[in-house]
Amino acid sequence: MSFELGMMAAAGETGGSFWMPPEISTSAAGVDWIFYFIFWISLFFFLLIVGLMTYFVVRYRRPKGVEAEGAPSHNMVLEVTWSVIPLILVIVIFYLGFKGFMDLFTSPQNAYEVLVTGQKWKWLFQYPNGYVDENLHVPVDVPVRLVMSSEDVIHSLYIPAFRVKRDVVPGRYTKAWFQATQAGDYQIFCAEYCGKSHSDMLAKVVVEKPGDFEKWLEKASNFLDTMPPAEAGARLYKTRGCAQCHSIDGTSGIGPTFKGVFGETVVMVGGAKVAVDENYLRESINEPQVRVVAGYQPVMPTFKGRLKDKEITAIIEYIKSLER
Amino acid sequence: MASGDMAASGAGVEDNYLTHSHGFKSWFFTLDHKRIGLMYLVSILTAFFLGGVFALLVRTELLTPGKTIMDAETYNRMFTLHGAAMIFLFIIPGIPAALGNFVLPIMLGAKDVAFPRLNLFSYHLYVAGAIFALASIAMGGVDTGWTFYTPYSTTTNSHVIAMTLGAFILGFSSIFTGLNFIVTIHKLRPAGMTWFKMPLFLWALYGTAIIQVLATPVLGITLLLLIVERALGVGIFDPALGGDPVLYQHFFWFYSHPAVYIMILPGMGIISELVSVFSRKHIFGYKFIAYSSIAIAVLGFLVWGHHMFTSGQSAMMNMIFSALTFSVAIPSAIKVFNWLATMYKGAIHLDTPMLYALSFIFLFGIGGLTGLFLGALAVDVHLHDTYFIVAHFHYTMMGGTVIAFLGGLHYWWPKMFGRMYNETLGRIACLIIFVGFNTTFFTQFIMGSHGMPRRYYNYVPQFTPYHRLSTWGSYLMAVGFFLMAGYLLHSLFRGRKAPVNPWGSATLEWQTSSPPPHDNFPEAPAVGDPYDFSNLEYDPSLPGYRRRGGPKA
Repeated sequence: MSFELGMMAAAGETGGSFWMPPEISTSAAGVDWIFYFIFWISLFFFLLIVGLMTYFVVRYRRPKGVEAEGAPSHNMVLEVTWSVIPLILVIVIFYLGFKGFMDLFTSPQNAYEVLVTGQKWKWLFQYPNGYVDENLHVPVDVPVRLVMSSEDVIHSLYIPAFRVKRDVVPGRYTKAWFQATQAGDYQIFCAEYCGKSHSDMLAKVVVEKPGDFEKWLEKASNFLDTMPPAEAGARLYKTRGCAQCHSIDGTSGIGPTFKGVFGETVVMVGGAKVAVDENYLRESINEPQVRVVAGYQPVMPTFKGRLKDKEITAIIEYIKSLER
Repeated sequence: MASGDMAASGAGVEDNYLTHSHGFKSWFFTLDHKRIGLMYLVSILTAFFLGGVFALLVRTELLTPGKTIMDAETYNRMFTLHGAAMIFLFIIPGIPAALGNFVLPIMLGAKDVAFPRLNLFSYHLYVAGAIFALASIAMGGVDTGWTFYTPYSTTTNSHVIAMTLGAFILGFSSIFTGLNFIVTIHKLRPAGMTWFKMPLFLWALYGTAIIQVLATPVLGITLLLLIVERALGVGIFDPALGGDPVLYQHFFWFYSHPAVYIMILPGMGIISELVSVFSRKHIFGYKFIAYSSIAIAVLGFLVWGHHMFTSGQSAMMNMIFSALTFSVAIPSAIKVFNWLATMYKGAIHLDTPMLYALSFIFLFGIGGLTGLFLGALAVDVHLHDTYFIVAHFHYTMMGGTVIAFLGGLHYWWPKMFGRMYNETLGRIACLIIFVGFNTTFFTQFIMGSHGMPRRYYNYVPQFTPYHRLSTWGSYLMAVGFFLMAGYLLHSLFRGRKAPVNPWGSATLEWQTSSPPPHDNFPEAPAVGDPYDFSNLEYDPSLPGYRRRGGPKA
């Protein structure tokens, strides 16, 4: 038991208090202050209730057959007192909670905007230059606004270190904002149950030091020039939607798997046989309806104009790297 | 001694409701509220056992991050079934339909409920609803969580329709029980039983019945709309079909928040009885407690939006729902203070039911106070959908309602079956459950406020120690429950015969024999103040209480 408690104290995080994770956003301290305000009031009343209860049990415990010495069974002054005092306290707590919420709710005008898409089961973050990443990189000490929507079911973006949570709903936009106060990596969870891999729908917020964010974004956006093509292709596979229909583990989805497909000879709808090479893959991305693999529906949209040549090359290189 | 016991239990050897008639039909088609109550009791305890097994499987899976004993899809079904079985099959019908059915007419001084046939029909509906729920489990279960949020529930390929149909039917069972209780309390009070002579448990059941009748139809309509969308593709909640997923949440919580008061109100009613009887003192502030039950029933309708503070509803709505939510805190606080004042200068006896009442005040105290954190908007944003919520509602629902139910079960057990259980084992089991419960759920507050989201199969390693401790606690609780099952079953066959009034209660059900005759009372009972104990005296030869100056056993 003491081993477990010891581990708890050492558990994971640095900073933070007994009840709360570290405070990494400008709003966190305010939220924690209200939390602890309620905590001390609650502790006071809890100790009062349990203390009185224990005292009465000890003081008035009697053997069977002994009857109560008796006391009045109502007292208006007392009743009104213990109705009014809690009433005043909850009004105060309501006000503090509401005021704190408005701070969390209202984002500054000049906030840096990132578009967020939730889908089963990952997050995509799109920056103003169009670059899409699976993790959220933000500059420190700059207000950031997230404009969020879902592709399928309801998700909820939750960053405990920032005390930020907002549902991500299909068919509408929801917003959240924060201003990070300290560089580092922090956890993003999905907080609204969304099915099989709900608990693996994780991402990181990477808070970059002043100046580093712009460097990171520029480098990340140019990943086609700086990364080996297969690696760049792997990133595009995840961020540009291939992964929704094409697996990389050999299982058949809405479309055929990418695993080991390169170099194989595949039967098309209509019976023709095609050797899968660079040109077939390129055609399948630009004009996917022309030659569809037997057993699949012609449902893939064209990516002509949506993917640059360099990106197509990278994806092809990635597919080539997925050996059987 | 044996002959004394016989005399004490009055007509015990002769006709009572258990021996009145025999055979399966005499039970399954009975119109006797006591037998219906008993059938409900067996049914809900079976559901509680099933829900408990699901809970233990969930906790065992969470011993380690990643896979421990099952895959993610099985886990998602397990926590859904745990929630659905506990809520729809156990806790909602728990106190009103099982204990309430048995006790309400006798406490009131009536022969039966107002509509005995409707009462039986509501039990048959319960069985039908349970069969649908079991069918969905047999077909492979449901993975939506007990809340069936759209559009997940309209798109998942698990067996949502069977389960929601089950919940729909169970809803009608609940409505009929509520309707029956309202009419019974209005129309079947005997001469002398005025509103303010009614025991507080009946006030609580009355408040509960109002919610059951007014809120449950909304759940029915909502689940029906869900089925229509899923089966016919009509766009109501799914944005892909032109619907609004947040609308579902409004509809769902419009029922399901009042429903938590369906669960807790009758529990509070039981505690009012127990605290007064085992303190041998008139309940303090009778009218405040009675009115607070009605206040909770009414206010409970106006707070559903607090489940949706992060859903994207407007800041104005959040503000209104937060303010209304805090208003419910007042009547709850009033009750707790009144119970404490009742104990003051009492003569406190720590029998098993009283130990449950004290556990209730402790656990519901934590459950209620942690509600303050969740009502406060800024703090709720952080705590919403984390284990803090899970801990909070287990402290209110289990630490509150289930503990009160167990207190009531131990209190009325001698009346229901005419037997006493082993008092020492009763106290030990209560203690084990209390310790196990706190170990399981208090740890969940801490991991929740540190950001552990609920309904997670996998988790970041930081939370491992909390999860492990929580699981150990749940095993300890299971030990307590098995011990309880053991001594309660044992008492049915070997238990000492119960006297008419073992606890010295002044309410009417303790004026008739244990167990009561088919018609509840051999002659019309004398209605008096339900909390005036001055006419009762302890007789160690029973052991139990009898009317002062009455014949010695």
